[in-house]
Amino acid sequence: MQIELNVLLFELALTFYFIAAIIGIIGLFKGIKSTSRIIVILTVIGFLFHSANIAARYIKGGHIPITNLHEASSFLSWCIVILFFVLEYKYKIGLLGSFIMPIVLIFMLSSSMLPREINTSLNPVLKSYWLGIHTTIALVGYAAFAMAFGIGIMYLLQEGYVKSKHLHGLFKRLPSLQTLDEINYRLISVGFAFLTLAIITGAIWANTAWGSPLQGDPKEIWSLVTWLIYALVFHLRLSVGWRGKKASIVSIVGFILVIFTFFGVNLILKGLHAFV
Amino acid sequence: MNILAIGLNHTTASIDIREKAAFDGSKLGEAIEILKTSPLIKESLILSTCNRVEIYAIVKDLDSGIENIKKFLSDFHKVPREPLDNTLYEYSNRKALKHIFRVASSLDSMIVGEPQILGQMKDAFDFALKRKSTSVILNKLMKKTISVAKRVRTETKVGESAVSISFAAVELAKKIFDNLATETVMLIGAGEMAELAARHLINNGVKNVLVTNRTYQRAEELAREFSGRTVEFDKFLYELIHTDIVICSTGAPNYVILKEHMHKVMKDRKNRPMFIIDISVPRNIDPQINDIDNIYLYDIDDLQGVISINIQERNKEAEKAERIVDEEVEAILKWHASLSAVPTIVALRYKAETIRKEELEKIHRKLGHLKEEEIKSIESLTSSIINKLIHWPIAALKSEVEDKDTMVDIVRRAFNLDTDRDSKPGNYSQSDDPGSESASAERPASKGEMDKNDNKEKH
Repeated sequence: MQIELNVLLFELALTFYFIAAIIGIIGLFKGIKSTSRIIVILTVIGFLFHSANIAARYIKGGHIPITNLHEASSFLSWCIVILFFVLEYKYKIGLLGSFIMPIVLIFMLSSSMLPREINTSLNPVLKSYWLGIHTTIALVGYAAFAMAFGIGIMYLLQEGYVKSKHLHGLFKRLPSLQTLDEINYRLISVGFAFLTLAIITGAIWANTAWGSPLQGDPKEIWSLVTWLIYALVFHLRLSVGWRGKKASIVSIVGFILVIFTFFGVNLILKGLHAFV
Repeated sequence: MNILAIGLNHTTASIDIREKAAFDGSKLGEAIEILKTSPLIKESLILSTCNRVEIYAIVKDLDSGIENIKKFLSDFHKVPREPLDNTLYEYSNRKALKHIFRVASSLDSMIVGEPQILGQMKDAFDFALKRKSTSVILNKLMKKTISVAKRVRTETKVGESAVSISFAAVELAKKIFDNLATETVMLIGAGEMAELAARHLINNGVKNVLVTNRTYQRAEELAREFSGRTVEFDKFLYELIHTDIVICSTGAPNYVILKEHMHKVMKDRKNRPMFIIDISVPRNIDPQINDIDNIYLYDIDDLQGVISINIQERNKEAEKAERIVDEEVEAILKWHASLSAVPTIVALRYKAETIRKEELEKIHRKLGHLKEEEIKSIESLTSSIINKLIHWPIAALKSEVEDKDTMVDIVRRAFNLDTDRDSKPGNYSQSDDPGSESASAERPASKGEMDKNDNKEKH
């Protein structure tokens, strides 16, 4: 049996991300100076294979390859990696890769365990330009939340060191609390904006496809719950200054909700979004 | 040729002796000139800081060199030999090298890893260069010393973490705030340590400074010094809303900032983080304030705790640094051994012979088959040219001259002997020159002499 090109590309991407994540985790325990560079290089190589994989699937399927959970999860990882490059370039946080690449790895591994067929006979409802717009927007938003999750963990760690006055471990290598809080805030803003857009585009699409913006689909409901939580956090931040530790905890909890909306709803509660 | 390091430091001499033995300002030039005139001392350099006074010298004979320098120190500073000698340590050759490397790498400092010593070492070297009191050996040695110190700094974390209260405060502030330049610091009270901490914060970018004190005049003085603004003492609580870093050290016997104050302040500043340093004893800030979100309160004991961990870390790193120093001592000893004339002569002959053979081979290939006698005459012709050419440098190397090290150094550089693989000691045996035998016989002897001299160290 011949291995398909896109499968090979996917496995290559996964391998490089895997090595990057492992080096990242080792780097947390052993202070190796050049780890962040190595992680970035490995991730860039993985990313190139990954991009080629997505392109190959696009060409073969003739539509944006976000039509099943395997593809969605893979695309989400791809978006997180792009955000990782952006943050790495902009803020040069040494340990970022150590916290982000394991998250990428988890999504890639989940993706690799899900059925990989390329959808050649799309459900007629999905044959719409809304597919590309709605799913891409939603996944970019999720990627921002994933990133905020990683940054939130970094914040809680650093906060723990400073508050407890035990300045050991990663204290020296983690960035300042304010930097982390600032990045967290920006990521959540981006994520929130995209989530809002995803809900709006989803409603428009549903309206054109089924004649009503709300279908009572579990994914819709959970997305709205997530949206409300992030909206509340926003409000609290601006009005009474919910920042720092609280904001980080919320970004962690929020992301767990996002994961549930993403996997749980599709796998446990079947609905319109479960295309598999 | 012998390297000497003689001196005293904070562990061997009390402050009053260190003061007397220091070479400050104009004295330094005068002292160097005196050392230059000594017939026993070929090269010299003086390092004088508040914690140590050391003289590094290249001397002809160790015993007389040591005596000469000790006498000079005693005479120059008009301190009797008896108390002075007890505070002096002396190291020679291998141990001297190691000592100099350790001093520059801040492994011998009162606070291990403190960065000033390297700068002081560079200054001492620059001064010696200007006064031309150093030459081949010390120049090379000092350059090496500086590079060793830099290597220690980059390869170990010996100078990384803060080991003083004020530096620890800055280190923490940098891990709380993104950019110190946009933060405001308030000094409550005016203790010496608080002042120092404020100064370090300002050096690290803080621009807005508020000062408050019970006696207004003192507050004004400090505000002027830091180009800050004064705040009346009974109103400072209102200003806390705009303050990001508080340094508190008043003489008050009770808390001047209470938890309920800070609850209100944090609400008003929308929970923007605050870093509060309480250096007063007894404490002036309710320790429970640390429980409030986004406030980080450190008292003097907390900061001491941070420092003591850092000191342990430095000591661990110092072990790594010691290994680097040992490695570098071996490297420079190798170079030093190469400076004696004999290996240089051997290397020179070997190089000439190699060139001759290479060229011969080329001409063989060009001319094709040659008769036996033709080959012989070319061989003897080339040999005699080469031997005549290198005769003069070799004769110069063999002669007994005053500054032989310079001579050796020049020859090695002119003929590019150091970068050449040909000059490696391992290759000596390949040379069919009879001189090489005596060379390999002499080499270990000179090395042994060096090792023997190490035991001269008394301290």
